[in-house]
Amino acid sequence: MRNKGIVRMLIIAPVIQLILLPLAADYSVKNISIAVVDNDHSTASQRLIGKITSSGYFKLTGYTGSYAKALSLVEQEKADLALQIPAHFERDLVRENSQKLYVAINAIEGTKANLGGAYLSNIITDFNEDLRVDWHTTGTLTGSDAPQITVAASNWYNPYMDFHLYIVPAILVTLVTTLAAMQTAFNIVQEKESGTIEQINVTPLKKHIFIIGKLIPFLVLGIILFTMGLFVGWLFYGIVPVGSLWVLYISLIDYLFAMLGLGLLLATYSATQMQAMSLSFFFINIFNMMSGAFTAVDSMPDWARAIVQTFPPSHFIRIMRMVVLKGSGLGDIVYDLGAMALIGLVLNGWAILNYRKTA
Amino acid sequence: MRQLITFIRKEFLHVFRDRKTLLMLFGLPIAQIVLFGFALSNEIKNSRIAITDYSKDAVTEQLISKIASSNYFDIQRTVQSATQLEAAFKKGDIRMAVIFPANFANDLVHTGKATIQVIADASDPNLATTITNYITRLVNDFNTQTALTAGKPLQILPEMQFLYNPELRGAPNFVPGVMALVLMLVCTMMTSVAIVKEKELGTMEILLVSPFKPIYIIISKLTPNLLISVVNLFIILILSSVFLDLHVKGSILLLTFDSILFILTSLSIGLLLSINAKTQQGAMMGSMMGMMLPTMLLTGFLFPIENMPLPLQVLANLVPSRWYFIIVKKVMLKGLGIAAVWKETLILTGMCLFLFTISLRRFKIRL
Repeated sequence: MRNKGIVRMLIIAPVIQLILLPLAADYSVKNISIAVVDNDHSTASQRLIGKITSSGYFKLTGYTGSYAKALSLVEQEKADLALQIPAHFERDLVRENSQKLYVAINAIEGTKANLGGAYLSNIITDFNEDLRVDWHTTGTLTGSDAPQITVAASNWYNPYMDFHLYIVPAILVTLVTTLAAMQTAFNIVQEKESGTIEQINVTPLKKHIFIIGKLIPFLVLGIILFTMGLFVGWLFYGIVPVGSLWVLYISLIDYLFAMLGLGLLLATYSATQMQAMSLSFFFINIFNMMSGAFTAVDSMPDWARAIVQTFPPSHFIRIMRMVVLKGSGLGDIVYDLGAMALIGLVLNGWAILNYRKTA
Repeated sequence: MRQLITFIRKEFLHVFRDRKTLLMLFGLPIAQIVLFGFALSNEIKNSRIAITDYSKDAVTEQLISKIASSNYFDIQRTVQSATQLEAAFKKGDIRMAVIFPANFANDLVHTGKATIQVIADASDPNLATTITNYITRLVNDFNTQTALTAGKPLQILPEMQFLYNPELRGAPNFVPGVMALVLMLVCTMMTSVAIVKEKELGTMEILLVSPFKPIYIIISKLTPNLLISVVNLFIILILSSVFLDLHVKGSILLLTFDSILFILTSLSIGLLLSINAKTQQGAMMGSMMGMMLPTMLLTGFLFPIENMPLPLQVLANLVPSRWYFIIVKKVMLKGLGIAAVWKETLILTGMCLFLFTISLRRFKIRL
């Protein structure tokens, strides 16, 4: 901890990231670009286009007469989806009572494809309903009205669908993870590399005391970073945890126990700083991608979900979101707390056993 | 020249001697491609929901069986009261609750209208939107069916077609993303730490006072990393072709050329970092704490760049992996040629030249 520059960087770099990155991680899909191929040029097709653009989800980036041109817009990523309104759409709709619209979606970005497709089909259904009502009242059509079921949706815990509420806790966990596991591993290996660890090993100092002495500064550092993170979340994003702070801090200490154990374990397996770095990079990268911070654990296959259960960050991210957004109490998160404690015991135990052998 | 070759050989020996690091360097992309390729999916399915049916009539039964038979939802249990519902949400047991009010079928027949109440746990806003949309779509389908049997005219049927990735797998998006992420971070990290280590040990001074030219030092340091990264690139391409059924649709030559360009850019960033850092720890923190998350988020494979506020979009343009990601998607997944990626290639070339020149200059100054 003597190295002031490093400590400052350890805290400042994450805090800056926490301020900026949630702005980047906005996945509320609202700017879906759509290319429309209008081969009909009727009032109905104009009305449909108007309805799509006024929905707020789509922006019209292409309006052409040829399907090939629209597809090339999709190819160049200028449009996420292409809608084709076939020729004589309006006329045939009246004549044949049924018409098809063709929608092609760029499915490489799956979430966008999913949401875009669903939004568009809902808009088309609405449009369909509008047409029916209108043409009925103007007398174009006669017939009986079938009963209609509607869905009244409400969103709890985050009624304004603010994506920051979802992502800020996860980014904070990611930053704490990087700090805890990596710095612990690095710091211990540094002593190994410079040879001072041998000196400590020959002193009468008990090994577990040395280890605890090494870990406590990082525990404190983790708590400081977490506290600053909560403060930043409140200051910049107005996030006030709904649940109790005690629950959060108890979980944090439980989590840091597990992650410091991981750092310790990695340190026992590496001889140089380079090795410690590549090892921790390996784990942190996988944690970041798989723990549910940016990707959905629920949509993974069973085997992957089982693996994710052994990643401490996945539990802590769950806890953070539940406590911060929903105000869950200790009783609700018992499973995750227990899992983290168990992982922590295994990792620390393993590390201490391995440390004795190698040192 | 012979000096240079000897030096490059020496650097290779350094790299190959450290088996553990080498194992990690090759193990990382392999593990990630296989794990992410199979595990990450954008399709939201099996969302746990609770259904409360106060009506228990023929219509609600039909609707419930329709919901149950779709693989989007996994019906957990029926919740009876509002407090139970709240508890289930707080425990994270369910993502959504679907409530059918009493006299559902009755209302539908007599007033021609009935409303299903849907409550979504919006702590994950996207999931909430998506599953609400699914439910709405299911109910709309149901409406359409009844309308058809009732002979209701005027049916517009949207026909959806998913291009490039019909099964909505996560892999086509994640493989280019992981390629960009892994290549960039590994190159930056390895280079910066390798050079700073020499500084920390004091051997850099010896190198600098030797008649060996500084540019040779840089070249000999970069060559092993370049080679490792190219090998990594091919490992990733082969793995994704064999396991994930993602073949390179466009020209391999073009993809390799652009990849090498990208690798050189990343190596130059590493070089630049190493010039500013004094200790290995500092170099590593610069490349990991400082670059990992920003690279991950600003590359555009997790979150769409066009959604970001303007300053961040500008910032994202400065991240090389952002351009490389676009190139890989276009060349590998869509099979487009140089005509489609010349702009991105030009930008990468510019970045590479700029970074390399700067780091070369700075390196000389420190002599």
